[in-house]
Amino acid sequence: MENRHSRRDFIKLMSMGALAGLSLGSLSCTKAGREEFLQKHFHEMTETEKKQVIRRLEEKYLKKYGKQVQISTQPAEAGTLWGYGLDLSRCIGCRRCVYACVKENNQSRIHPQLQWIRVIRLKKGSLINLENAEHYYNPETVPEPGFMYMPVQCQQCENPPCVRVCPVNATWKDPDGIVVVDYNWCIGCRYCMAACPYKGRVFNWAEPNLPAGELNTEVHYLGNRPRMKNVVEKCTFCIQRVRQGRYPACVEVCPTGTRKFGNLLDPNSEIRYLIENKRVFRLKEDFNTDPKFYYFFSA
Amino acid sequence: MEAWRFFKKTVNMVFIGTKAYYLWCAFLLTVIGVAVIFYVQQLNAGLIVTQMRDQVSWGLYIGNFTYLVGVAAAAVLLVIPAYIYHFDPIKEIVVLGELLAASAIIMALMFVFVDLGRPDRFWHLIPFIGSLSFPKSLLAWDVIVLNGYLVLNTIVPIYILVKIYFGAEPNKKFVIPLVLLSIPWAVGIHTVTAFLYNGLAARPFWNASILAPRFLASAFCSGPAMAIIIFQILRKTAGMKIKNEALFKISELIAYSMFINLFLLGAELFKEYYTGTIHLAPLEYLYQGLHGHHSLVPWIWSALFMNVTAFVIFLIPKTRENLLTLNIGSLFIIVGVWIEKGLGLIVPGFIPDPLGEIYEYMPNITEISISLGIWAFGLLIFTLFMRIAIPIQRGDFIHSRFMKPTSRPQYERIEP
Ligand code: SF4
Ligand code: SF4
Repeated sequence: MENRHSRRDFIKLMSMGALAGLSLGSLSCTKAGREEFLQKHFHEMTETEKKQVIRRLEEKYLKKYGKQVQISTQPAEAGTLWGYGLDLSRCIGCRRCVYACVKENNQSRIHPQLQWIRVIRLKKGSLINLENAEHYYNPETVPEPGFMYMPVQCQQCENPPCVRVCPVNATWKDPDGIVVVDYNWCIGCRYCMAACPYKGRVFNWAEPNLPAGELNTEVHYLGNRPRMKNVVEKCTFCIQRVRQGRYPACVEVCPTGTRKFGNLLDPNSEIRYLIENKRVFRLKEDFNTDPKFYYFFSA
Repeated sequence: MEAWRFFKKTVNMVFIGTKAYYLWCAFLLTVIGVAVIFYVQQLNAGLIVTQMRDQVSWGLYIGNFTYLVGVAAAAVLLVIPAYIYHFDPIKEIVVLGELLAASAIIMALMFVFVDLGRPDRFWHLIPFIGSLSFPKSLLAWDVIVLNGYLVLNTIVPIYILVKIYFGAEPNKKFVIPLVLLSIPWAVGIHTVTAFLYNGLAARPFWNASILAPRFLASAFCSGPAMAIIIFQILRKTAGMKIKNEALFKISELIAYSMFINLFLLGAELFKEYYTGTIHLAPLEYLYQGLHGHHSLVPWIWSALFMNVTAFVIFLIPKTRENLLTLNIGSLFIIVGVWIEKGLGLIVPGFIPDPLGEIYEYMPNITEISISLGIWAFGLLIFTLFMRIAIPIQRGDFIHSRFMKPTSRPQYERIEP
């Protein structure tokens, strides 16, 4: 085993030499830059290697943002499978969830502005055909008569097409059902974006623009740690929170109680109650993606 | 000794030529230089310098990639008619076809490479070293079949050329199986590339079973059309002997393929328009415009016009066998299929996006310059390949022990 590892490392070193010319200006020749370049897939790192990576990243963030960041790698807890409920009859389209998410999850603020939740406005009377959905509605006050609002984010599919297509396994479904991305492994091919039927993924087309003052320092390696340019990212149900027993930020902030969250494996959870007692549906169920995101109308 | 001589002569052939040759190479190098500047900028700033966005996350690069995979596939498939109809210089056509395929594949791979956000992590795609997700991801399949195809299409011509250089007949037992292997492989690369898009349920425009057959049919048009032009250029500039009849035969084949291509297009249009479900939207965007967005409409109609015109030209023996109309037809097909399979295939896949948003994509100067640079690079390596391959095949560039004092090389200026 040890032997195999060192041989792999050797091959990697060789390939690094061969590819150094290709990587041009995007890499620095510092020790940290070299380590970053050679960093293994998250699943292939030993615990010590993970610790080293965390230390390196924390140093990097300290330098960049002047703040000590706590990067967790807390794994999924056995017996959990996270599910989400969204009450369409309550949503007023205020987009507070969108901005709470941006803040919690350290998205790029402007140029480009990245958002994991999209709230679309639909004329009453049509729900499934999204072709007339209004993405950039901007009235003085919400809600508006004659319209309903539908927030959409990554639906954490149990059968996720985005994971199937990734050519390098940079994205996968963790045991608690959360689909995550290793930002240091993603090659930025954007195949997953083409495959997702819900627009659940967004891309860092440029270096993220995150003011140091607004950095959330409680982060998870597979979740809201600051990202780099040209990698893909997505909603993780706030992995950094839910694995510590807290609610996702969007659930907490919603002023109307539209958003519900819980463990699908726990028969007493709120989400299980909703599924059993409300008439829930999932978006584009005909795709067989088996989302763990349930829409319903309480009234 | 001999190796050194080979090397010296090769360098001579590459660096010394006619004025037209110099101009051509200088032109290509300039285009490449401009592309490098833009690419460095793209590396530094990120893909934000392109017009691609979350809604339309692939664009001109991936469109060119798709088109070139088709050219690469078809270039090799030319070998079949060459054998069936006994085109005169079969060996030359095999070598030429495979070198054209190799150049096209190199270009195709470069297009994928410039499209990658993180080229520094390119090694993640290398089997065993990185973690190539084979067989789950179709992109992983494509990486494997394309690279295999590249190797196949460089081994065969190099082997044949080296043999000829040493004055020996290429060993048929070695060459024929490889050439035969490259034929299904050519079909394979194009099918896998079609499946890359085809396998995405989220994109109804691509998720139609007609996609792979249409890919093949249109490739059988654009690849041979390119060959017709290249054969004529080489006939003029390098004295390659190829008869008009061979060109006419190829154009006849194009007519059949174009018929199938247009037929499949008709089948697609019928199904979408007659049923008129919400899956019609991308086609509507492409051919008519959708909710006031119609930037691709003029493009696709020009493509259709060019393809139909070329079909008629190639169908009628009189126009097919006239070099002028033949060339017009070929150019029409090269451009027409490029539009149809480049922007016309990739962009509508994303419009409207899965949540119904419409973002109109048109490549900007960065994407256009980088794309032109890759095309120029491909043409440059193909030119250099030809520069060496043709004299070897003609017997002008051979092992020193065969050089008779009387045999005058045709390239006056090549001899130092
Ligand atoms: S919604 Fe999209 S990004 Fe989220 S798991 Fe499903 S396919 Fe993947
Ligand atoms: S963009 Fe990243 S996560 Fe998505 S498919 Fe490509 S490598 Fe995988």
